[in-house]
Amino acid sequence: MSKYKPKTKTGLFKRIAWRVLSLVLVFGLWEFAGRKPISIIFPTFTSTMVALMNLLIDGTLLSAYAVTLVPLAIGVALVGFLGIVFGILMGLYRSFEWLTLPVFIIVQSAPMAALIPLITFLYGIGLGAKVLAVVLMAAPVIVLNSYRGIRNANPTLIQMGRSFLASRTQEIFKIILPDASGMIFAGLRLGVAAGFIGVILAELLITPTGIGDLITYYRALALYPQMFASIFSIVLFASVVVSALQRLEGILFRRQQCTS
Amino acid sequence: MQANTIQNRPIIEVKELSKTYPGRVEALRNVNLSIPRGQLTTLLGPSGCGKTTLLKIIAGLLNKTEGNVFINGQPVNGPGPERAFVFQDFALLPWCTVLRNVAFGLELRGVPGKQRNEIAMKYIDEVGLTGFEKAYPYELSGGMRQRVGLARALAVDAEILLMDEPFASVDEQTRRKFQEDLLNLLKIEKKTVVFVTHSIEEAVYVSDQVALLGPRPGRIMRVINTRLDHAENVEDIRRDQRYLNLVEDLWQILRQYLI
Repeated sequence: MSKYKPKTKTGLFKRIAWRVLSLVLVFGLWEFAGRKPISIIFPTFTSTMVALMNLLIDGTLLSAYAVTLVPLAIGVALVGFLGIVFGILMGLYRSFEWLTLPVFIIVQSAPMAALIPLITFLYGIGLGAKVLAVVLMAAPVIVLNSYRGIRNANPTLIQMGRSFLASRTQEIFKIILPDASGMIFAGLRLGVAAGFIGVILAELLITPTGIGDLITYYRALALYPQMFASIFSIVLFASVVVSALQRLEGILFRRQQCTS
Repeated sequence: MQANTIQNRPIIEVKELSKTYPGRVEALRNVNLSIPRGQLTTLLGPSGCGKTTLLKIIAGLLNKTEGNVFINGQPVNGPGPERAFVFQDFALLPWCTVLRNVAFGLELRGVPGKQRNEIAMKYIDEVGLTGFEKAYPYELSGGMRQRVGLARALAVDAEILLMDEPFASVDEQTRRKFQEDLLNLLKIEKKTVVFVTHSIEEAVYVSDQVALLGPRPGRIMRVINTRLDHAENVEDIRRDQRYLNLVEDLWQILRQYLI
């Protein structure tokens, strides 16, 4: 993984220029496709942005996010804590691994979205059902990344610890866990991304609330610019959150990545 | 026991040691070796002759299949405080500063922070890394990283240093400088050193005694006393006729085992 670092001001300027250019290109194509139009339901970029502004100003978007983010936050916090603990235990104890690893491997490869309608039968349509959808989507990657981080902890470092008489507790807390922390955090980031998918699916498939409600509502009224604005906002929000986590990861675990 | 007999007795005794890895790979067969106190003994041999396996069994990091290793007359059942290991690939904690890496062995032993940092600073200075205490491993060159590994091993004040091809990942010029520095350092720190290498020149240059290992399964073919005076100026050794002859002699012996 090579990271491009601008050394000079012109380097930074160039980098920003390229980004702006790619955005202009994408949004330009969008505007063109909307004006042509490729489909009567496909709004132009500008009308979408106007709709987005209006939704922002009248507070519709804000109150929708206030609803959507609740199950997402609860779900991510829950699985962030329990999932990491679970994954670490799986990595440290063979018997625990034997018992639970197959479940998570199946869960990870299964299309979990197909299970979301099932949740309704068991947990109804309330907040609990939506939290569960987030947990179902986010748990496998968080658990398995934590597990792999522990299991792939550098064997030379473990041997070093033993040669300097580390106890098992010291080995876990001073060597294995710090060594695995980068991978655990990466799992958390991927889990948050999966959690977004979970919460939107729940809002579209279980009961329309929050941002899912906006999308469904504007589609029913054929207000396509507003519908696209809602979709655009959630895509933007999710990518900003996930790339911020990626930045944070780069800063926190810079040292680990640079040495063998 | 009298002090005299303790001093004369080899610090490490390897007796009829065999090691077979799972999958029936025979790494060592019936190895017998005495390592005298206060000297530097090299295990020299071609790749795959089991020299690192032997070193790691002495360190207590690997289990033996048969035979025994005695340290000061006590059989080895695992790592111990009288032995410190220097790893081929350094084995530094990438998230810790040089200071914390050097003090790590002491940290594991529960030495209080202030005291262990003082000890670590002394050895950072001895290996020539003063000013780099706050640096992280990724900011150091390979040679400097291995100096950290050496300082960490010295800091726990073990009688025996076990060095597993410590200079293998370091470039030639750095290696030479490091070898000289090691010899100078060992004049201050009275240690017994067991040193693994596949370089004949390195073996002759640093050692008092060279144990030649034959290819798999590893056996001790011969033990040669170099009789080089390491107390002399370390820079003169490479010009010493005895050094040059020994390098040639060892090559003549080793080449018989190569195809």
